[in-house]
Amino acid sequence: MSQVTVGPDGAPSTLGDVSKDVTRDPAKDPAGDWPGVRLHVVTGKGGTGKSTVAAALALALASRGQQVLLCEVEGRQGIAQLFDVPPLPYEERRIASGDDRDGEGGEVYALAIEPEAALLEYLSMYYRLGRAGKALDRFGVIDFATTIAPGVRDVLLTGKVYEAVHRNKRGKNQREYDAVVLDAPPTGRIAQFLNVNSELAGLAKVGPIRGQADSIMKLLRSDLTRVHLVTVLEDMPVQETADGIGELTADGLPVGGVVVNLVRNRELDATARGLALEDRLPRDQIEADLVKAGVDVTPDLVTGLLREAREHAERRELEDEQRARIAALDVPTYELARQPDGIDLGALYELAADLLDQGMA
Amino acid sequence: MNTRNKSSRVGPLASKAETGPALDIDALLDDPGTSIVVCCGSGGVGKTTTSAALALRAAERGRKVVVLTIDPARRLAQAMGIETLDNTPRPVPGVDPDARGSLDAMMLDMKRTFDEVVESQASPEKAAQILANPFYVALSSSFAGTQEYMAMEKLGQLHKDALASGRWDLIVVDTPPSRSALDFLDAPERLSSFLDGRFIRLLLAPAKGPARLMTAGLGVVTNALTKVLGAQVLRDMQTFVAAFDTLFGGFRQRAQKTFELLQAEETAFLVVAAPEPDALREAAFFVERLGAEQMPLAGLVVNRASRLSLSGLSGEQALAAAERLGPGSTTSAPAGLTAGLLRLHADRTRLVARERRLRRRFVTAHPRVPTAVVPALSTDVHDLDGLRLVGQLLAG
Repeated sequence: MSQVTVGPDGAPSTLGDVSKDVTRDPAKDPAGDWPGVRLHVVTGKGGTGKSTVAAALALALASRGQQVLLCEVEGRQGIAQLFDVPPLPYEERRIASGDDRDGEGGEVYALAIEPEAALLEYLSMYYRLGRAGKALDRFGVIDFATTIAPGVRDVLLTGKVYEAVHRNKRGKNQREYDAVVLDAPPTGRIAQFLNVNSELAGLAKVGPIRGQADSIMKLLRSDLTRVHLVTVLEDMPVQETADGIGELTADGLPVGGVVVNLVRNRELDATARGLALEDRLPRDQIEADLVKAGVDVTPDLVTGLLREAREHAERRELEDEQRARIAALDVPTYELARQPDGIDLGALYELAADLLDQGMA
Repeated sequence: MNTRNKSSRVGPLASKAETGPALDIDALLDDPGTSIVVCCGSGGVGKTTTSAALALRAAERGRKVVVLTIDPARRLAQAMGIETLDNTPRPVPGVDPDARGSLDAMMLDMKRTFDEVVESQASPEKAAQILANPFYVALSSSFAGTQEYMAMEKLGQLHKDALASGRWDLIVVDTPPSRSALDFLDAPERLSSFLDGRFIRLLLAPAKGPARLMTAGLGVVTNALTKVLGAQVLRDMQTFVAAFDTLFGGFRQRAQKTFELLQAEETAFLVVAAPEPDALREAAFFVERLGAEQMPLAGLVVNRASRLSLSGLSGEQALAAAERLGPGSTTSAPAGLTAGLLRLHADRTRLVARERRLRRRFVTAHPRVPTAVVPALSTDVHDLDGLRLVGQLLAG
């Protein structure tokens, strides 16, 4: 695993400052790239690993001694699966904590936000509805409000996040967080999801829920918030990332960084890849090296290695094209290597360390 | 139709199966008894590419095909001549005409499909009233499940057209990109149960009279809602529900008909997955669900599988050899080349082993599901040649 490093390795110079290969010293650079940001929204196209990245970011932030809340809103218990813990209730639960005993260790709490529970909580918090609250549920209103009007649903989901960010000592048993990481809906829906105001505009022009939406919007558009986009180096996800950034910007929502996930390992440098693409890798030399290394060399084996090299070079060429498109987006970029054995808790820690090294946390 | 849970598993209970039967794509496409192919699976597994590739292959083997795509990559849409979203099937240029097949393609316009249904079901004035209502706008453009519902609606329409005009004898359907593959089957039910919900009935009750007993409770509810949402929202809601109510009988019936169409023998479901735990888990749930709904499953397509180009060198051996070569001891230029090749191979071996493990688990749990494995391409698919290649790989 350790040979996979993140860095430029002979990438064409047109890429610019895409990846940061300098290992950062967190002590000298305490804030990372996002000082003052309290709400990290993480989105990405399906299959790019946005939940994994959100979890890794939460861990990275916590490793700096922060109290972090990691939220999911899509009702699929992704956090529980990633951390290999039982399904999360609608309740903040600690799922990871630093092991230093001096009391400075950060912690990650997790919360699976459900719109129905959020609505009931919202009602009891602001309206003391009592009997009516129960009646609402009995008459199917909760169901109705959280299904029909996507605006209402999203206001409830983001509203809970808003509450967690703005929480202060007012509530007695309330936990305060230094940062909230939101595993948000996918890129195709992110601007709509966050732009609760305009979603509601047609439905509720006045009224309390509208007021609530306005406060949420203020937080989401402020310097306290950044929306990070996760992508892989393929045409469609990169296109969606570009579109997503355009939509977010148009809506006045602050774009954070792009996290390029599942990056292939970078064993071959540009020269070697160039030769591989032209089928001009020095076969005899490679064969000699293999013999020296004690490999049982057959012609098929060398041919196979060369074919794998060529496929790798083709894929990398395509990745570099996409990397250039991402660089043109002009936002901070982070790269995470593909984990050949898949994602488990250890891999999450590793990804968190990579994000830390690159300054995302 | 309402088992929306994933709590009970269906499987052989005891099984040691390691390899399942192979999926014969060409036999499926050539069978004149197959008139609908539905590609489902969780988001990001290559459903759109798979459905386009299947449609092209079928057309070039003589079928008269229409493919309904949901959200194709821009370049692919351009290549297929469907970059404009106009909700009408158009001929795809560049299809090989030798086998006398044809290929039309269209991209689903969810809102427009919904609007058209409303327009076809209601009087012009009433339709206009519905289309302008903010609740309808919300429902038709962003209700979770509307896309799935409209994909089904469009499938029903295409099927009717195909029967009436004889223009097509095979419909290939892509399904919306959702987290869960089950959404496609659940969405119509969700929309129905929503529109049939207690609260909607309540909103209608005063107009309809007999629910006097409930009015006391309703007063509490409407007061609460007015407090939270404001009075205007409630009024809009009531207008919408009243206007939509008469229409809805039609909606329900249509959804029911499409559901029956999906159960018919002329339909074949292909479950698409990538060799990743999440995607295969979703695929497993979907396979089990199809069984419960008596919907015909044709097989599983595993996209983007990694493969090895050589045998006889394990990952461990490759890594050890790379280590022995070390820095400076190599004769090859560029420096470290051979060690790099070896590490590359080791990495790929791990990936292949992991995918194989994941696939074997699926087979053990679902030993009778025919499977086609499509190797990962080192380039993107964005034209007909690319689709042809995918089609070949699908056919094995």
